[in-house]
Amino acid sequence: MELFLNIVLGGLLIGGIYSLVSMGLTLQYGVARVLNIAHGEFLMFGSFITFWLQQHRVDPLVTVLIVGLLLFIAGFIFYRTIFTSIRLRSPNPGVFESNSLLAAFGLYFIVQNIAVLIWGTTPRSYSYLAGSVSIGGALFNENRLVATAFAVAVGTAFYLFLARTRTGKAIRAAAQDATTAGLMGVNINYTLALCFGFGAAMAGIAGSLISICYPIFTTMGLQQTVIAIVVVTLGGLGSIPGSFIGGFILGVIGSAVTYWDAGLAVASYYIIFILLLLLRPKGIMGK
Amino acid sequence: MDFSKLNWKKVFLTAGIPVIVLVILGLLPVYGSAYNLTLFTYFLLYIILSVSWTIFSGTTGYISLATAAFYGVGIYAAALYGEKYPLIVVVLIGGLSSFVLAFLVGAITLRLKGIYFAMFTFGLVLLMKEVIYYWEITIEGTRGRFVVLESNETIYFYLLGIFVITMIVAYLMKKSKYGLALQSIGENEEAAAHIGINVTMVKILTYAVSAIFMGATGVIMATKLTYVDPGVAFNPLMSFSPVLMAIFGGFGSIYGPVIGAVIFTYIQEKLTTGVWNKYYMLIFGAILVATILYLPSGLVGLIQRIWRRVSGGQRAHT
Repeated sequence: MELFLNIVLGGLLIGGIYSLVSMGLTLQYGVARVLNIAHGEFLMFGSFITFWLQQHRVDPLVTVLIVGLLLFIAGFIFYRTIFTSIRLRSPNPGVFESNSLLAAFGLYFIVQNIAVLIWGTTPRSYSYLAGSVSIGGALFNENRLVATAFAVAVGTAFYLFLARTRTGKAIRAAAQDATTAGLMGVNINYTLALCFGFGAAMAGIAGSLISICYPIFTTMGLQQTVIAIVVVTLGGLGSIPGSFIGGFILGVIGSAVTYWDAGLAVASYYIIFILLLLLRPKGIMGK
Repeated sequence: MDFSKLNWKKVFLTAGIPVIVLVILGLLPVYGSAYNLTLFTYFLLYIILSVSWTIFSGTTGYISLATAAFYGVGIYAAALYGEKYPLIVVVLIGGLSSFVLAFLVGAITLRLKGIYFAMFTFGLVLLMKEVIYYWEITIEGTRGRFVVLESNETIYFYLLGIFVITMIVAYLMKKSKYGLALQSIGENEEAAAHIGINVTMVKILTYAVSAIFMGATGVIMATKLTYVDPGVAFNPLMSFSPVLMAIFGGFGSIYGPVIGAVIFTYIQEKLTTGVWNKYYMLIFGAILVATILYLPSGLVGLIQRIWRRVSGGQRAHT
């Protein structure tokens, strides 16, 4: 029983962060049509900004706001400068998707290497809320609980934003069909850039939350991107609730496999990815 | 005969220039320095990788990021069979294993949308790295292997041979009915299926054939290294470099990837050996973004555009 709780709750705790990262990616890929391979690098940057501010005695949970804002601006500018001009020049959506994927790879190299030049490659960590809480006999660190609660709160807030506001409606319309949404009076370049910015902000916030619980290093981004891609495929492209649930599912699977043999965790994500592509490429919430 | 003049020009362009280039390349070990031999070995390596990438991805528009996987399979073939069989047999084993792997990957993924294909192929590189690391550390209790070394001349001539075959295959594919089928898939897949092309089969076969060259090259290049481990063999950069080179040169023609590969290998060689080593990946990323933004049809496209403007060929009847 204790072992079961350990695996399931441990999986749910990391799953909350996966959810947040994947919701960001589903905005960027499902709506803005950029399969942003640099997504994990935004996350890494967020975690290092938090780390740097924490060294200057700023509470990590406060830095979440700063990181979110900074990365939103960065993402917005990236979309307006690089991806909008690729989009306007592409003859069809397929060409845009492949060209923007390659541009995102370029961005990945740029961001990661800037971080390596600044911070090097050694893992960094700090201690924050390091006490532990017992849930049904299984012990968990307070910081992991706080991080997951924050992730869920940010996710829920964003979902309400999408469902209730006018901008949210514009984003949902753009997700269905960007061209038609543009014809209906949605400022499409602005809306898509907004989505990309929100996606980057979510990755950054997830990064801050990760830095609270785990050691961080400048090359950790790609693995998070890969996980997010698997979750987005699992949840269904462009589906925010799908990514939210998918994150928790993958977290539990990952935690179970890690318990069995930690060396196989990454491989198991790929196997899930392959099976999904073969059996249900639409994902669990896809239409 | 009126067309004899035109014909000679054409014969010279399609056969004459390649033969002259080949003779110069073939004699390089005789007159070139050791440094030039190594430099040209890398030229050939990246030309083969980017041309064989273009054979499939350039025409169909499906971006494959699995070059490193097929190249790595070749490297591991050299590590596993290098001592048992002569080099030529190992090269065939490497090529064949890559063919089989690419065939399987193609059969699984080529029915999917293009972007999933790109993701899947990139994931394949990381998956193979993880699985082989796991296999070596947990099951065999070792990490990495040794490879039998070959002389620089042998490596060079083998690469030259693969280079010639790759170029011939790429040329024939472009000129044949098969190449036309590929091109129509790239332009509109549904329409291609409607005019009776077996779209899936053509895609899978081309993909698998292009992987042969990558695998064979991996075998040869492995003999330059004394020791390989999954991190060396399945380096994702080997997937990106050919793509960047092909785009930079322009994959509308066969010459594009060749030009891109030569320029980039030279830049890489200059940057990674000097003080700029730390910034190499940064510059690599910046050039990738800039190329996609400002040179969508590559250097060859740019030259063609300038040439058209200079010669005024676009004007109406004069």
